[in-house]
Amino acid sequence: MTQALFIDIQNLTVRFGDKTVVRGIDVQLKHGESLAFVGESGSGKTVTARSLIGLQDVKARITADRFLINGEDMLNASQRRWRKIRGRQIGYVLQDALVSLDPLRKVGQQLKDALRASQTRTPDSLHNQSIALLNAVGFPDAETRLAAYPHQLSGGLRQRALIATALAGKPQLLIADEPTTALDMTVQKQILDLLQKRRDGGQSLLLISHDLSVVGKLADRVLVMRNGEVVEEGQGEQLLRAPRHPYTQQLLAAVPSPATRGLRLSGERGLALPAKQIAKGQPLLEVNGLHKHYAKKSVVNNVSFTLAVGETLGIVGESGSGKTTVARMVMGLVEPSSGHINIQGERWSQVAESERRLRRRGIQLIAQDPLSSFDPRYNVEKIIGESLDSVGIYGDARLQRIRQLLDEVQLGDSFLKRFPRELSGGQRQRIAIARAFAPNPALLIADEPVSALDVSVQAQVLDLLAEMQAEHRTALLFISHDLGVVHHLADRVVVMKDGAVVEQGQVDTVFHRPVHPWTRKLIDSLPTF
Amino acid sequence: MSQILSGPVPKRHYSVGYGLAVFFLFLVLLAVLLPAYLSHYDPLNADPLNAMLPSSWQHWLGTDQLGRDVLTRIIYGSRYSLLISLASMAVAVSIGSMLGLLAGLAKGPLDEFISRAVDVISAFPDLLLALMLIAFTGPGTTNLIFALGVASIPRFTRVVRAQTFLVMSSGYVEQAKTFGLTRRVLIWRHVLPHAVAHVPALATLGLGTAIIGTAGLSFLGMGPQPPTAEWGLMLAEGRNYLRNAWWIAVWPGVAITLTVISVNTLGRYWQAAFEGKQP
Repeated sequence: MTQALFIDIQNLTVRFGDKTVVRGIDVQLKHGESLAFVGESGSGKTVTARSLIGLQDVKARITADRFLINGEDMLNASQRRWRKIRGRQIGYVLQDALVSLDPLRKVGQQLKDALRASQTRTPDSLHNQSIALLNAVGFPDAETRLAAYPHQLSGGLRQRALIATALAGKPQLLIADEPTTALDMTVQKQILDLLQKRRDGGQSLLLISHDLSVVGKLADRVLVMRNGEVVEEGQGEQLLRAPRHPYTQQLLAAVPSPATRGLRLSGERGLALPAKQIAKGQPLLEVNGLHKHYAKKSVVNNVSFTLAVGETLGIVGESGSGKTTVARMVMGLVEPSSGHINIQGERWSQVAESERRLRRRGIQLIAQDPLSSFDPRYNVEKIIGESLDSVGIYGDARLQRIRQLLDEVQLGDSFLKRFPRELSGGQRQRIAIARAFAPNPALLIADEPVSALDVSVQAQVLDLLAEMQAEHRTALLFISHDLGVVHHLADRVVVMKDGAVVEQGQVDTVFHRPVHPWTRKLIDSLPTF
Repeated sequence: MSQILSGPVPKRHYSVGYGLAVFFLFLVLLAVLLPAYLSHYDPLNADPLNAMLPSSWQHWLGTDQLGRDVLTRIIYGSRYSLLISLASMAVAVSIGSMLGLLAGLAKGPLDEFISRAVDVISAFPDLLLALMLIAFTGPGTTNLIFALGVASIPRFTRVVRAQTFLVMSSGYVEQAKTFGLTRRVLIWRHVLPHAVAHVPALATLGLGTAIIGTAGLSFLGMGPQPPTAEWGLMLAEGRNYLRNAWWIAVWPGVAITLTVISVNTLGRYWQAAFEGKQP
């Protein structure tokens, strides 16, 4: 029986100093089976996977009752023994495909390196084997792309190339750590299709992801991890449909989707969010025929939309679609090449900065990466306080207002003196929200505000944002690549591609009855469950 | 995940070298501030009867060709050597940082002009440039300070300029713009503190070079004139008597060497400590 198991690990524990990050978990994998670890950051999923190929951190101490890989005891094995496993029995695709290829070496060279290291002798030349590998991962035009450098390839192609190097030694098991994170939605689908094809061809897979819906369909079995423990184990589709453990249920409930519109994602399930008051026919923001080109390259092409008081408008698009440039033009940080922007009926673009400066307090920004939007020398009090300069609140009144704002974003007074680096990602985004609401803006622009957060933290931040928006009657321009989030939050949506608007309208209309083929393609690439 | 893998922050340990450097610089500081308490001799008082005596209980490091106590002259000389170097660093830091900030903020033609001018200055070796400047202005303490200062400008300008560029394009400066802050407030609050953050460590390391420069130029007679007690000058005067009285030249040399090593040790330490804090 044990002979049939490729990986057989019992009671695996990984400690860093006196901190235990993996607490006695069992991992079993049959030949040809596919398995997934799902959990949020800090759940120990990557640490577990790395220990399977002996790539754990030097400070890590690993213990286990049984640690068999292909029948061999690999607990505390030497690096020399691990090298026989790596690449040949287990291929590993590291997190962050965009930086895991050597930028100074051609793709072909890196593939040949992997082939040489695997020492699987075949009569075929390395060159031909490389082409075969690229073809196997669906690389278009493989022969010429061997001479390409990683930066000449798109994100999706880089991920394919990385998977190809991991497959060079014909490993029985392929481990992929967050294989689709940081990739665009349509590219994510391509990579998942590729992995599915490998699985159907008999390849064992171990997938690591924070997103249950991404791996749920691909894996025969899913291990839901939390704080170094497995809280639930089950067959993928069944886990998605009927989760038993409260944590899994909470994880799934926190995923924003069409079904969660108007409902809270965190806390008690199914509670309604406060209703928004939208002043229809009272446009706060009017964007008309916006163009922007740098040198000869056009990045934004004839974009027009309006936003009413208290309304939420989502802008959806993949990377490079020009959505962030639109946001920066609306913020008044970039001047449009042509077209104009009006706010409250007054000209906002193409006016002197001195004139604009007084009105800036009415438009606030929540950036994607809050850490870089905070001055590292400033504590929370000064960070929020600075945005009160424009409304002329100083002294005791300022401190009082900051306390009130902290209270609104559910952080206590104890945060006043903390520095950005001492805060978690969710806390930082709360501070960014508090700062944005401080001068009582009429318009809030949020550029991918939750894309760097774990799903449960994302749920809390989205709830908070919706609550604050309804309470302050703020209009929200919400930019995201995530259709689920936009469908959950927005009233209307603008779909962008290559700098142009391909479709816009009410969220339900656009997402349920898309007219443009691109919108349809975007919606089709959503992982369904 | 990375937080877990990065492990605990290692404690900074103070090495023996660091302790010795601090101790030595403390002595030098005493010599600069209170020379009369360290020695009861007069550094300028010639006593030909006791010329060129080797070290003894009366004269710990011996006497020079005119019978002046060498230790006393080293103690009094620290004031010149150190103050000239410090003043020249002050010149370099203030002018250099200002130019760097200006270039970083202005961009365009002004940046181009400042950057190329700085390139020209740094194309010459520091000492050679200082010598050239003194050839125009003539020898003397003030001129020496100016010449050494100008020669050290480039490193400050470059670092501050690069840092200014970086901060100007950062998220928090952009965010501050959206609050409607004026450019002046923005620069004062967010850009300046970050732009000059590297300057103290850089200036300390520059101080070591400046001390050598001061001594070197004085040695060549470009700085304070005899009979002033100054380390470089003492070295120059003593070199003629090396065969009969090595102590006249060697001890000032030792003083220069130890001071420079101590300052550099401190500078390196501060640099490392500062970089550790960088995000």
